[in-house]
Amino acid sequence: MAKTPIPLSKEFLKGLWDDNPVLRMLLGLCPTLAVTNSAINGLAMGLATIFVLISSSILISLLRKVIPHQVRIAGYIVIIATFVTVADKFLAAYLPEISKALGPYVPLIVVNCLILGRQEAFSSKNGVIRSIVDGLGMGMGFVFVLVVLGSIREILGSATLFNLQVLGDWFNPWMIMILPPGAFLTLGLLIGLGNWLNERKVKI
Amino acid sequence: MNKTAKMVIVLTVITALSGGILATWDGVTKPKIAYHQLQALKAAISDVLPLYDTYEEKNINGNMIYIGKINDSTQPVGIAFKVDGSGFQGNISIMIGVDPNFTSITGIKVLGQIETPGLGTKIVVDPSNKTNPFWFPEQFGGVVLSPQIDVVKNSIPQNPNEVQAISGATITSNAVVRIINDNIQRIKDSYQSEN
Repeated sequence: MAKTPIPLSKEFLKGLWDDNPVLRMLLGLCPTLAVTNSAINGLAMGLATIFVLISSSILISLLRKVIPHQVRIAGYIVIIATFVTVADKFLAAYLPEISKALGPYVPLIVVNCLILGRQEAFSSKNGVIRSIVDGLGMGMGFVFVLVVLGSIREILGSATLFNLQVLGDWFNPWMIMILPPGAFLTLGLLIGLGNWLNERKVKI
Repeated sequence: MNKTAKMVIVLTVITALSGGILATWDGVTKPKIAYHQLQALKAAISDVLPLYDTYEEKNINGNMIYIGKINDSTQPVGIAFKVDGSGFQGNISIMIGVDPNFTSITGIKVLGQIETPGLGTKIVVDPSNKTNPFWFPEQFGGVVLSPQIDVVKNSIPQNPNEVQAISGATITSNAVVRIINDNIQRIKDSYQSEN
């Protein structure tokens, strides 16, 4: 990464913070809220999404001059759905436990607006390398938020982190954190924290 | 016209390629997925039945029944079968093991559920109970099936046909017992009609 010219690294870094898909653009909230009841689920979901995002970015960037404008959405969806199915079968075949925990949310990556959004807004207008970097940055930003969200909810809701006990018996787990309301509360606070940090950054 | 033709051709090629990739990948992953499912099934059967050497799979009137046997013995050690029913939020599927005469349960294992995390999910494992996280499913071992299984709340079960409800998840506890009660007669009838 050290040798990459500045614009490329900027393309990568924007996904991590300035244009973070979850915290700044509020994209892909369905999986963000639904699967982050533990850190490992958030990580697996994030990695599956990165795989789909980068693979589709490469293909769509390559085909951007071939696919006619009128049918581009249909074409994108077929390409995305193919990679999602590959990822879904991979998890079921090699990581059955995680596949079971994520349930229907892996197939639902197809309709994650983060992925279609990046294809429409970026890959269909930029070259392959740039699209990969963009996908990687956005994907890492997505994983980052999912793991943070999953960790907070798992620590407070189950007193564990990546299934390891981190809080002692004195701690009574807050059940609500691993239930859907916990997802909304934590995400709201995270977005608020992100906005607060950004405002401070601007002032300095 | 030319534009229309291009649209059709491009979409057709993309979908055909996609179909080809998925068919190939399905061929690669299918045996592995089937293997995991078989392992899960075997693990569930051995969890709910007493020690056995082999099990025999029988399809009686559309019900899959797994009969555990010890080598050199004609008498089975127990019978396992999978049943489904609705819980608090969705379907619960349970593997049930009973003794060959259908008088008592040898064990149960919840295979699939989407109950409330932290409350209803205690039918699988209860992390808040440090001494025995599996107290709920394990209490079914030895429970007598006549006249039927009953749920008691906030007290230790006194009779051999009673189990204790999970506090905060009464509907889920009742659902598990109801699913067992509702299905056992049907399985018993079809099993005994064959033997």
